[in-house]
Amino acid sequence: MAEMKATREAYGKALVELGEKYDFVVLDADLAAATKTGMFKKKFPERFFDCGIAEGNMMSVAAGIATTGRIPFASSFAMFAAGRAFEQVRNSIGYPHLNVKIGATHAGITVGEDGATHQCLEDMALMRTIPGMTVICPADADEAYHAVEAAILHEGPVYLRFGRYPVPNLTPELPDYHFEIGRGVTYRDGHDVTIVATGYMVHLALEAAESLAKEGIDARVIDIHTVKPIDRDLLVRAARETGAVVTAEEHSVIGGLGGAVAETLSETAPVPVLRVGVEDMFGRSGKVPELLEIYGLTTEHIAARAKEAVAMKKN
Amino acid sequence: MDKTTERQLMRTACDVRRGIIDSVYSAGCGHPGGSLSIADVLTYLYFEEMNIRPEEPRYAGRDRFVLSKGHTAPALYAVLAHRGFFPVEELKTLRKTDSRLQGHPDMKGVPGVDMSTGSLGLGISAACGMALAGKSAGADYRVYTVLGDGESEEGQVWEAAMFAAHYKLDNLCAVLDLNGLQIDGKITEVMNPTPHDEKFLAFGWHVITIDAHSFPEIEAAFAEAKTVKGKPTVIIARSVKGKGVSYMENACEWHGQAPKEDLYKVAVADLEKIRESLA
Repeated sequence: MAEMKATREAYGKALVELGEKYDFVVLDADLAAATKTGMFKKKFPERFFDCGIAEGNMMSVAAGIATTGRIPFASSFAMFAAGRAFEQVRNSIGYPHLNVKIGATHAGITVGEDGATHQCLEDMALMRTIPGMTVICPADADEAYHAVEAAILHEGPVYLRFGRYPVPNLTPELPDYHFEIGRGVTYRDGHDVTIVATGYMVHLALEAAESLAKEGIDARVIDIHTVKPIDRDLLVRAARETGAVVTAEEHSVIGGLGGAVAETLSETAPVPVLRVGVEDMFGRSGKVPELLEIYGLTTEHIAARAKEAVAMKKN
Repeated sequence: MDKTTERQLMRTACDVRRGIIDSVYSAGCGHPGGSLSIADVLTYLYFEEMNIRPEEPRYAGRDRFVLSKGHTAPALYAVLAHRGFFPVEELKTLRKTDSRLQGHPDMKGVPGVDMSTGSLGLGISAACGMALAGKSAGADYRVYTVLGDGESEEGQVWEAAMFAAHYKLDNLCAVLDLNGLQIDGKITEVMNPTPHDEKFLAFGWHVITIDAHSFPEIEAAFAEAKTVKGKPTVIIARSVKGKGVSYMENACEWHGQAPKEDLYKVAVADLEKIRESLA
């Protein structure tokens, strides 16, 4: 049984450990305890700057720091990093292509009880539209750790999406696992349908594939941790070899992974692409397992959509 | 300041104003009013105050400048060109499709531009980031930024003001161009952001008020700012929007439009007259 760990925990751990190896600074907007940057603050107080509850200012400050050659990580909840500060991210960071890393935690519906105002379901869609922005949504804690280091080594702005809810740490169990920005990870081969998942939904996609196998459907499972730039080659090959695709994300079905995959495949290898994610609606307060059920972010829903996709292929 | 230096600066500022008018006229659009109001401050910064190397624009130890009121890019471009960062002739390419002189400053394209700006309120925050990075790295460069008075209606300006005081950014000096006008009219009538001095004082800044068109006052203010420790300084520069061009002075409609040929000729004549008086 894989260890359960939230990707935000890995973010905090990566900052602390990689802080020894690389000279970056960390900014936060009064959420250091929640985003886990507090661990870095404790160890490197002289490299940590709290910006208070002023996310727009924080993003432009980060841009200013980056012009001097130093890498800043700017952290907040996804809602405020990508949502409230969208324009600062676009104009101060994106337009001059500055080397700022945005660590956005508490993304998606798994925020739980805080409800709709804090459950950001639009961040990948927003960030993806900024030219030159790299958008990464790791599937588990180990992948999140690798993503932080890859972001440090990557020249240019990176948006890192983390969750607050524990997720099985599956990456260590994969043989030959290697993290590379823009390269998807094939968790399971299959020939009838491809399930393309990101973030929290990757482990559910794997479970869905296992249940489909019992019904004689052979599903491929791909983890797209980098939603932008997306692994076009891997997706096109999967679409051609399996003929049907289902996407799964803890995000709106509009503009995120589902949007990116549909855009990519419709231009190169058109096949049915069915999307699993939060339909065009806001979240609500509740316990995470109940919310996942209500919004259809489940193994059963992914499997059902996969069967639909296979049926569409035959028609 | 001795008279010779002052006259030389006034001549340079006049050339800068001519650059603003020529470039905006050539573009057929742009923002002459607020560019003319900051021409003297920018001239002083680039010709007297800042430690810069036009031949090595990215020199790491340089002082930084952020034009937070980015729509007045014609003033920045004209100063940079006259200071030798790129040819003065290039000013006439302003806002043209193939030009690097974008409508608002693009740090990727233009030598000497330290930060891309244009969306109001963002520049002062970026200047805070530069100042913080300098302090935290033990570097001794200074950071300058010019804000618009209308721009001070943006909430982010005050987020940045809080930040700069909190981190004791005494290597940061902001200039607030108080020309009293914004697109829709007088700042006091559109959305009154005054009094700026009391607001900045309350936020923990050192405040100096000057006449934006007096080089001795500009010099004294920047000198005083350097002596202030433990807090950032704002220079509230009382200016005349459209300064130097008769029909643009204190005229709101010249915030964001270019003169047609007849009025361009009047502007050129106005500036030539000033230039001759300084010969």
